[in-house]
Amino acid sequence: MDEHLKRSIMIEHYQNPLNKGLTDDKSYKKVNMNSKTCIDNLTFEYKINNGIIEDARFDGEACAISTSSASILTEMIKGKSIKEAKEIIDNYKNMIDEKEYDKNVLGDANVYDEIYKQPNRKKCALLPYEGLEKVLEGK
Amino acid sequence: MDFNKDFPILNSGIVYLDNAATTLKPKSVSDEVSSYYLKYPVNAHRGDYNLSRIVDEKLDNVREKVKCFINADKKEEIIFTSGATESLNIIIKGFFKDYLSSGDEVLTTKAEHAALILPWFDIASKNGAIIKYIDLEDDLSLSLNNVKKAITKKTKVIALSHITNVIGDVRPIKEIVEYAHKQGIIVLVDGAQSVPHEIVDVKDLDVDFLTFSAHKMLGPTGVGILYGKEKYLSKVKPLILGGGMNASFDSLGNIEYKDLPERLEAGTLNLSGILGFEKAIDYLNELGLNNIHKYEVDLKKYAINKMKDLKNIDIYNKNIENGIITFNVKNVFAQDVAAYLNKKNICVRVGEHCAKILSEVLGVKNTIRVSLYFYNTKEDIDKLVKALDNDNILYESL
Repeated sequence: MDEHLKRSIMIEHYQNPLNKGLTDDKSYKKVNMNSKTCIDNLTFEYKINNGIIEDARFDGEACAISTSSASILTEMIKGKSIKEAKEIIDNYKNMIDEKEYDKNVLGDANVYDEIYKQPNRKKCALLPYEGLEKVLEGK
Repeated sequence: MDFNKDFPILNSGIVYLDNAATTLKPKSVSDEVSSYYLKYPVNAHRGDYNLSRIVDEKLDNVREKVKCFINADKKEEIIFTSGATESLNIIIKGFFKDYLSSGDEVLTTKAEHAALILPWFDIASKNGAIIKYIDLEDDLSLSLNNVKKAITKKTKVIALSHITNVIGDVRPIKEIVEYAHKQGIIVLVDGAQSVPHEIVDVKDLDVDFLTFSAHKMLGPTGVGILYGKEKYLSKVKPLILGGGMNASFDSLGNIEYKDLPERLEAGTLNLSGILGFEKAIDYLNELGLNNIHKYEVDLKKYAINKMKDLKNIDIYNKNIENGIITFNVKNVFAQDVAAYLNKKNICVRVGEHCAKILSEVLGVKNTIRVSLYFYNTKEDIDKLVKALDNDNILYESL
């Protein structure tokens, strides 16, 4: 994917984020991710039934990388099984850490495949995935 | 003046504009820190051998130098701590926790740093003291008039930064202290943002307590100063007990503390850091704090003059005379601006700058802060302004 296209996708998801706004419905699992090192502060809600992620929402204040990454993740993860979600998280983390990964499972999240060039931004790109991981691990 | 020789990191092309967080360190400071480890790496207060005596003498010299730097009366009024944060905790928890009774009022403002607020929350929950916030002016500065209005018969202490770390306004401390003392109110001032940038004379200001950090004034990290008038400092209860601060103790639990300053300096001090701090003070004395202050004010004016022409920038403290510029780029999240500037090797700070309740008055939560020091140049400002003069900051930050 060329760089301009990647940036355009990020900006589109940042300026018009999908799944933004929380339901405050008690049947959702909720996690707040307040970055220790920067000012990203997002809250996520996941509705999980019978091992399937039926709905995903987020809200909060964060940078363009973190917000667009949250938008892409929450959209991509809907309808996926917990097993599939874990696979996505693992591959995504590997991508960010410049390790081997399967880009076929990451969809639009592939736009962050060069974020390692900005080490300060890696944590922003990871924040939504770490949130989902916490929810899946029941932390 | 060319500072590249004394601050080798400046040769890397970095534009360092986060001096309110910490300053760069001159080579003389790091050399002195190394000297401690290479030449006299032993503990103080061990008069049995020569090397320890050397460290004792040096420690004493630094204390004397700090005393002169802030024009304190006595060396015993200067306590070495790990930083302004620890100094503030010692004063508030070691003195005011017992000094204040239920219903007594602490006056402060919503523009203060966490270190000047959170210890009050802690003691207020135990002794029933009440924390009250003095109203700020529209430009977020603090006037003597509003201080007067906030004082009641129950006010026992006023706790303020001399210069705030987000807006950078200089408080009229001398006038506040003069008024407060007439009502028997103690004044605690955090000088973390003032002592590095202008002359702070504790006798002239007549403050009762002053705190500051070495690392914000060219010194090593992990060193801070607690100044207190002897009449109050002698009543500060040590929060940390251990070696070096007791004169004697027995198995029944009877302890006799040493006199000031050792009483408040339990354990082995950050000796390399404190000795390095002396060179930082030497450096500042050589340049002259009046010159530093004037230079920073002029450089900020130069920056504001250029930045005010940029249509995509909102500046929050244009007219405040010092070296801090707080702003936002319209429609771009502060952190994205910082990431973009980082790509251009320009270091700024974004966020709430540890003053998390200021957003209640400022109206915006996160801001970008540029904070200058004497080694910053017009060229640094030109690079910043050139970078900010761009409609594609968001796109280029990615």
